[in-house]
Amino acid sequence: MSWELLIKWLPQFLDGAWLTLQLVGVSVITGLILALPLGIARSSRHLAVRALPYGYIFFFRGTPLLVQLFLVYYGLAQFDVVRKSALWPYLRDPYWCAIITMTMHTAAYIAEILRGAIQAVPPGEIEAARALGMSRSQALLHIILPRAARIGLPAYSNEVILMLKASALASTITLLELTGMARKIAARTYMHEEMFLIAGVIYLVIAFVLMQGFKLLERWLRVDALHGR
Amino acid sequence: MIPDLHGFGPALIAGTWMTIQLALASLALGLVLGLLGALAKTSPYAFFRWLGGTYSTIVRGVPELLWVLLIYFGTVNLVRVIGETVGIENLALSPFAAGTVALGLCFGAYATEVFRGALLAIPRGHREAGLALGLGKRRIFWRLILPQMWRIALPGLGNLFMILMKDTALVSVIGLEEIMRRSQIAVTASKEPFTFFLVAAFIYLGLTIVAMIGMHFLERRAGRGFTRSAA
Repeated sequence: MSWELLIKWLPQFLDGAWLTLQLVGVSVITGLILALPLGIARSSRHLAVRALPYGYIFFFRGTPLLVQLFLVYYGLAQFDVVRKSALWPYLRDPYWCAIITMTMHTAAYIAEILRGAIQAVPPGEIEAARALGMSRSQALLHIILPRAARIGLPAYSNEVILMLKASALASTITLLELTGMARKIAARTYMHEEMFLIAGVIYLVIAFVLMQGFKLLERWLRVDALHGR
Repeated sequence: MIPDLHGFGPALIAGTWMTIQLALASLALGLVLGLLGALAKTSPYAFFRWLGGTYSTIVRGVPELLWVLLIYFGTVNLVRVIGETVGIENLALSPFAAGTVALGLCFGAYATEVFRGALLAIPRGHREAGLALGLGKRRIFWRLILPQMWRIALPGLGNLFMILMKDTALVSVIGLEEIMRRSQIAVTASKEPFTFFLVAAFIYLGLTIVAMIGMHFLERRAGRGFTRSAA
């Protein structure tokens, strides 16, 4: 393929990449906030507290994201209550549907990461915090969560990369993010190989930049210093 | 409570069967690719190590959906040229074949790491014992290394298979009549999207549960003769 074509379509690809970054950025950050109570409740000692987050996580991890997207985008319109509600302008919009679904999807995965991290905090450190006179919530806020954040960070960075790839599914509900844009341009130019390859290269670049960013973050939080103690 | 399926029940069952076939076919291809990738990554030759590393890095960095599209739409010219040289006119990949290749490729890229870990976990002494007994390199691999790798790799492969099963839904985008595609057809006819997509979701959940039970038995079988290390 010629470079002129690449230059001609590059602005559109960058538009698509920007939408992809929005979807991923908003969903992994909101997902993390949503996952905090979920993960904490999931690692509770009481069965009643544990059951609800467990069901939520099981559903969202056990079904494909594509099904979840279709349930929200196409499925909710089946109910008159939804169509007459104040939220309908948002639930009609593929952009908000993608963000809502991806957030709920990734929250389930992040909650599991968080549970694993909370359970991996050495019990001696929690006991030490309690022995120093910290209340349970103080110990959670100052000892357990900061410690769990560092233990869970590598898994969280994996999840962000997985969400970057999962965001390609938003193209199935008419969003023109990177994959959607590539499909549109490929359909117009009949150059499927080239357009999908360009999209693939852009995904690789984004993934690479994200990985480097997380490496810096790990160094800043001194994650490696916690090993071998 | 069973929802009214408007007579689409048999179609959904046929879709489920198609999903299972696709998952198993991709699994077979992915296992082969993963094993080859792991051998390449642990090879003494730098070229093979580079090849294995590039394969898993590139495939893992690009969305599965893009692979499905790239392999279905992007190889049309290539496959036609191959068909012409072999003497078959209008040779084209079916959605099933394209889906199998795409999902097998993605499964294989992740399985490479799982197999490599298992390969490295086998003590060197076992290989040396084989050599001392006068076994050839190939026999050592098939008879000594591979059966032991299986046990170590199984949990990791099980996780990958669950992911693969959910990724089969992506192949509906290129028109393969699996669960999602059949549900979409049912939705167009019945105008009940929520009902049918929820049913599809529960079919996937059911498949996941069946796979989990199957993995449990496979792991128990592979682990006979080993005591579980107390966690």
